[in-house]
Amino acid sequence: MKRVRQFFSRYRSGLQRAGAVLLALAVWQGLAMGVGQKLLVPSPLSVVERLGGIWQEADFWGTVWFTFRKIVAGFLLGLGFGLGLGALAGRFPLFEILFRPWATMIKSIPVASFIIICLIWMSSSRLSIFISFLMVLPIVYTNVLQSIRSADRQLLEAVSIFRLSWPKRALYLWLPQLKPYLLSACTVSLGISWKAGIAAEIIGIPAGSIGRMFYDAKVYFNTVDLFAWTVIVVVISVLFEKGFLALLKGVFGRLETL
Amino acid sequence: MTDLILEHISKRYGDHVVLEDFSARFPAGQCTCIMGPSGCGKTTLLRIILGLEQPDHGTIQGQVRPVSAVFQENRLFEDFSALSNAAVVCPKGDRQEAARHLTALGLADSLSLPVRALSGGMKRRVSIARAVLAPGPLLVLDEPFTGLDRTTKAVVLDYLKRYTQGRTLLLVTHDPAERDALAHSTLQMPSQIT
Repeated sequence: MKRVRQFFSRYRSGLQRAGAVLLALAVWQGLAMGVGQKLLVPSPLSVVERLGGIWQEADFWGTVWFTFRKIVAGFLLGLGFGLGLGALAGRFPLFEILFRPWATMIKSIPVASFIIICLIWMSSSRLSIFISFLMVLPIVYTNVLQSIRSADRQLLEAVSIFRLSWPKRALYLWLPQLKPYLLSACTVSLGISWKAGIAAEIIGIPAGSIGRMFYDAKVYFNTVDLFAWTVIVVVISVLFEKGFLALLKGVFGRLETL
Repeated sequence: MTDLILEHISKRYGDHVVLEDFSARFPAGQCTCIMGPSGCGKTTLLRIILGLEQPDHGTIQGQVRPVSAVFQENRLFEDFSALSNAAVVCPKGDRQEAARHLTALGLADSLSLPVRALSGGMKRRVSIARAVLAPGPLLVLDEPFTGLDRTTKAVVLDYLKRYTQGRTLLLVTHDPAERDALAHSTLQMPSQIT
């Protein structure tokens, strides 16, 4: 009995999470059984069965890779430009004023409007890159700007007094300052980049993309496929998010030991 | 190295006059203790000397730059080690020299610990080592012994005497014992002007 109690005490957090997932699956199964129509709500089991077969299909990995590299490219571009523009806006208030309408516009225009406008401008195969980029850019930009604005004034005075070089200022002052803001921005924007990127593919329907699979599932009323591809997108998105954030934390941790 | 001379310095924040026609001479290579009641403008005076504030009127003459300081607050890079915090100001980042100074201050066992893990007194000593390691003829010490116990204070006093020889020191303190231990002369500032 004591051992059982110790086991529950030790793995409480993991057990709670597993319990929540099991409960969600039970609710899903109950809903599927209640509705009783696979076309409307497929059961978790049928989706798992479909997942078991879908990854063995000839073009599965090509489809995943097509979408993955485009959305990741868009995310990384948004991250890079967000960092650069945020740093410029933090350093030069005039730049921040000039860029403000653009940032506001990107943040407030519905993603569907962007997708349709961009479809006129560019080929559908590049659309998800640009849409992911547009969704990530304002989030990273705003966080970087905020991190610069909330910098510790006393530390800024200290680095000025000690006449630290720009590389030292970047390492000792700005990177620790940026760290929580950047991690937060990446956590939010990674999920959004996948949502917006897939939405762009569903509207643009580029051949060989996950968005195309969603579109086909809709056209042929293949709800099981729709659910299966949704699970695949969620898994890839979560794995990439965890991997990227771990990498980013590792880089920050490595820099702090210098 | 020349004396630091302040002539007719005035500073006000809105209607609040902090310094009014203040003049003083700080001899080069010596430690001058600046004393006075709280709010009399000691920190403002130091901030003007450090170049962090501009006086409304008056001039500063003498070799002031580069300047180093122990601030009232520690102002350390909390995520980085004690050694990194001290070495960051050394020319070419000389970590051996920084380690030698921290060891002299009794921090040999804490060199690689992140500053956020150190006690208040240990952080204070890291900030003192950083200020002493930073090159420059002028060293400003704004209540440097805050948070130190008697034994540690003695260690720090001994360290400052050994490692700041030949530099111009401006020491702000309320403790006559600290003044007597370190300063060659004292500048008594008048009460707050309102």
